[in-house]
Amino acid sequence: MGEVLVYVDHVDGAVRKPTLELLTLARRIGEPVAVHLGPGADTAQATLAGHGAVKVLTADLPEFAEYLVAPKVDALEQAVAAVSPVAVLVPSSAEGKEIAARLAVRLGSGIITDAVDLESGDEGPVATQSVFAAAFTTKSRVTKGVPVITVKPNSAAPEAAPAAGTVEQLAVTVGEKSTGTKVVSRTPRESTGRPELTEAAIVVSGGRGVNGAENFKVIEDLADSLGAAVGASRAAVDAGWYPHSNQVGQTGKSVSPQLYIASGISGAIQHRAGMQTSKTIVAINKDPEAPIFELVDYGVVGDLFEVVPQLTDEVKARKG
Amino acid sequence: MSLRIVVAVKYVPDATGDRHFAEDLTTDRDAVDGLLSELDEYAVEQALQIAEEADDAEITVLTVGPEDAKDALRKALSMGADQAVHVEDDALHGTDALGTSLVLAKAIEHTGYDLVVCGMASTDGTMGVLPAMLAERLGVPQVTLLSEVKVEDGKVTGRRDGDAASEQLEAQLPAVVSVTDQSGEARYPSFKGIMAAKKKKVESLDLSDLGIEEDEVGLAGAWTKVDSAAERPARTAGTIVTDEGEGGKQLAAFLAEQKFI
Ligand SMILES: Cc1cc2nc3c(=O)[nH]c(=O)nc-3n(C[C@H](O)[C@H](O)[C@H](O)COP(=O)(O)OP(=O)(O)OC[C@H]3O[C@@H](n4cnc5c(N)ncnc54)[C@H](O)[C@@H]3O)c2cc1C
Ligand SMILES: Cc1cc2nc3c(=O)[nH]c(=O)nc-3n(C[C@H](O)[C@H](O)[C@H](O)COP(=O)(O)OP(=O)(O)OC[C@H]3O[C@@H](n4cnc5c(N)ncnc54)[C@H](O)[C@@H]3O)c2cc1C
Repeated sequence: MGEVLVYVDHVDGAVRKPTLELLTLARRIGEPVAVHLGPGADTAQATLAGHGAVKVLTADLPEFAEYLVAPKVDALEQAVAAVSPVAVLVPSSAEGKEIAARLAVRLGSGIITDAVDLESGDEGPVATQSVFAAAFTTKSRVTKGVPVITVKPNSAAPEAAPAAGTVEQLAVTVGEKSTGTKVVSRTPRESTGRPELTEAAIVVSGGRGVNGAENFKVIEDLADSLGAAVGASRAAVDAGWYPHSNQVGQTGKSVSPQLYIASGISGAIQHRAGMQTSKTIVAINKDPEAPIFELVDYGVVGDLFEVVPQLTDEVKARKG
Repeated sequence: MSLRIVVAVKYVPDATGDRHFAEDLTTDRDAVDGLLSELDEYAVEQALQIAEEADDAEITVLTVGPEDAKDALRKALSMGADQAVHVEDDALHGTDALGTSLVLAKAIEHTGYDLVVCGMASTDGTMGVLPAMLAERLGVPQVTLLSEVKVEDGKVTGRRDGDAASEQLEAQLPAVVSVTDQSGEARYPSFKGIMAAKKKKVESLDLSDLGIEEDEVGLAGAWTKVDSAAERPARTAGTIVTDEGEGGKQLAAFLAEQKFI
């Protein structure tokens, strides 16, 4: 079996969950080789090896943080040259997709983005995509070059699979054209202490029906009782009630949790595009005709300010 | 010297329509009305604002797409862009992202540019990869996913709100920029703008004008292949209850039954 490069998404060596999902999917098509750029490879090694990485290629250059995207593409391109993989898998974050895009151009390879599943096929890896706001499911392949595939979070359950995970230094030369976009300053997002929206098993979202920033506490209380992430519709974000980083939908995050709870959200196509692949969908809306009810496994027609606090209390009571 | 801005805009099937695949598994562009991708309106808007700030600027809107894609160009012209370039060729049917980026890059070079402005993603393919691919092909800086953008003294600066951090970016022109839907509402075309657009120049180019061989693009030349497309089975109708004072408790019982609590 050939080797599969897996681009590691991490914060100073703390490996993010989507990378573990990628390692799990990579094992279906070959032997995972992790590419860890930036600091913390020693910390990450155990986790990566524990999930099947036979090797961990690492490089830590200041350019990765000082310039946008391109130096990471240089590193990945050089990793491809060193390993000759059968595929390159990258997490489907905004940055991940851009890295993959440039890598594909450099390699002269086809690219598939936002895969929700991956299996091996006679003619290379077959990716499943969920398209047109999840109304269709397609199966696609890359037919030229080394397949470059970005995979959405929550596409697989990470499986432990101990492997050697030998750390090797990757020699990286940053190209002259790769330092064109300077990152002048960086302000990290404040942590809310809640799970990452795209990675959470449960997402609790509020929309225009929440009717005010201060009322989002109702949504947050439910989220906290369930250990969930908080999401918002664009209407709620545009009104300034909740940060854009929590927006779910076409121009926000795409989520695929086990459980999605929508309160005061009508279910517009652009919102559905970001949540329709959730396993179980629940909605609370006072309008029985709201399109969101077409999607739900369970819906409550009612005032969210009555229903949600009662639900929160009941969850707390049941959890003891 | 005049600041030459090229805005790449895509003509897409209306997302609120019933979008489908055609028999050859390409997007069925006949079944649903098309329009200028709403996310590219933000690109046109930012280009217009940059041009207004510059002493002298010229905005060319560019699309790669079928005959009807002219509608998208007209809309952008009526918003205030100066002229348009339409790359249209039967051989382009079924072109994938790598192929589209090749054609766009050649057309941008053909037009001449200091700044390329793109949307954050199309509303049909939604890949969000073309701007990065264009920067790579053109060999210029990529300054993408900006919610704020400014061009001054031959430099582009902007704010990129990423997953983990908000970053302030800076690059020398020429460069490729993409803007998000947080960059500011797009203007509506005025009546005057709509009338003026009718007289603006739309240059039509085909592959031979750009020196691209037919087998480099289209379905045959694609780097990817769609093997199947299946309509997602409708979700089985769920249980809907009306709250009569116990709605929250009923919902909790459902969640418990599903083992979420
Ligand atoms: C290019 C483009 C991209 C977009 N991207 C996104 C995106 O990423 N994400 C997104 O969400 N939208 C997006 N939109 C916007 C989308 O079209 C909708 O406008 C938006 O999703 C509406 O948000 P909403 O459901 O909260 O508000 P509304 O549609 O106004 O719905 C509010 C709902 O709350 C209910 N309600 C009100 N009060 C209560 C109450 N007390 N109790 C219970 N229910 C109540 C109402 O019955 C109604 O159904 C996009 C649009 C465009 C054009
Ligand atoms: C449902 C679906 C899934 C697809 N999946 C894949 C896939 O996995 N791999 C693949 O290679 N192709 C795929 N394609 C084809 C791909 O969408 C097109 O080739 C397209 O031209 C580029 O991708 P995009 O529309 O996602 O653009 P994006 O990268 O999302 O577009 C970003 C910006 O680039 C500019 N732009 C994009 N297209 C044009 C254009 N034609 N003319 C002018 N400017 C433009 C606009 O400014 C736009 O806002 C898919 C198409 C569809 C409809």
